[in-house]
Amino acid sequence: MSQHKAFLEKARALGFNFFTGVPCSLLKGAFAELEKRSDFVPATREDSALGMAAGAYLAGKKAMVLMQNSGLGVSVNAVVSLNAIYKIPCVMVISWRGYQGKDAPEHIIMGEITHRLLDTIGVPHRSPDAEGLLADLSWANDEMAKRRAPVALVVREGVCG
Amino acid sequence: MKRATAIGVFAGETKGDELVIHANGMTCRESFSAKDRPENFYMVGSMGLPAAIGLGVALAAPKRDVVIWDGDGNVLMNLAVLAQVVDAKVENFWHVCIDNEAYDSTGGQVTISRTVRLDEVARAAGYKYVARVETPAAGGEEALRAAYRAFRAAKGPAFLLVKVEPGSVHGIGRVTHTCEEITRRFRAACGVRE
Repeated sequence: MSQHKAFLEKARALGFNFFTGVPCSLLKGAFAELEKRSDFVPATREDSALGMAAGAYLAGKKAMVLMQNSGLGVSVNAVVSLNAIYKIPCVMVISWRGYQGKDAPEHIIMGEITHRLLDTIGVPHRSPDAEGLLADLSWANDEMAKRRAPVALVVREGVCG
Repeated sequence: MKRATAIGVFAGETKGDELVIHANGMTCRESFSAKDRPENFYMVGSMGLPAAIGLGVALAAPKRDVVIWDGDGNVLMNLAVLAQVVDAKVENFWHVCIDNEAYDSTGGQVTISRTVRLDEVARAAGYKYVARVETPAAGGEEALRAAYRAFRAAKGPAFLLVKVEPGSVHGIGRVTHTCEEITRRFRAACGVRE
């Protein structure tokens, strides 16, 4: 089974039942899979995706938000002035463009600061390789429930394609 | 008529278990002062997101009525969410934009709704019902109530633009619940078991 299928299957088994986000080419397999499902709602902006996920949580859903790391910049205010203060959890799956500085110019800076930015806004994160992806999803699931706050998985190319 | 009076009219029409998501700033404070209820979600930060939050609630709770008491500054900050609402085909979604053409909570700076017709933006996006109320005169509560009832009786997604004069109630209190408490009681009002 492909990585993204196994990932989404495990997410569903863990009870995730509301998926949203803005696509990234590194996550295209996951998005192709999500588009077949009724529990996926496409978003136009990453902060709107977090807002929708927050609303879904308020009404009882368990939410996952997928985005490119460029969208993390758009998400900062939602994370700190919505999720953090209202204690609204979700798992953020963030693709890591600009990994090791080898990417198109627009991805280089965000690729370098993604983890520091997550640290700054108080989002715990792991960056699994393909073998560790499912174990780290379990970690994110536990951590998010414990903290009632967003937790991130930062995925390089090929990890959750 | 100013926003506080309009919110008083809407609050008076809020008699069931409808879930009401509020724009940040004075909208929260004036609604809280008019009628506090656990079904109210007071969004204090994250400007631009009340309709996104409401959309998530509407999708997750399709049997409940979800009403957004939004403002022109919030709608302008995130016009794209209007498109998301339409794409999501949420029939249980009623979106009010109280439009005073000002960022009232930060000192009354102008918003560009002075030239941009947000009701027409909502119509173009594809809201199923769109209505507009020009600034009601003092004592115009009855006509506003009728417009609000017609809007709430329509199938969603519905959009009601209400022009009002800028200005808020002097010395109005802040929402006294903590954000965490707002989350807890709103989830309970949605029937979520912790």
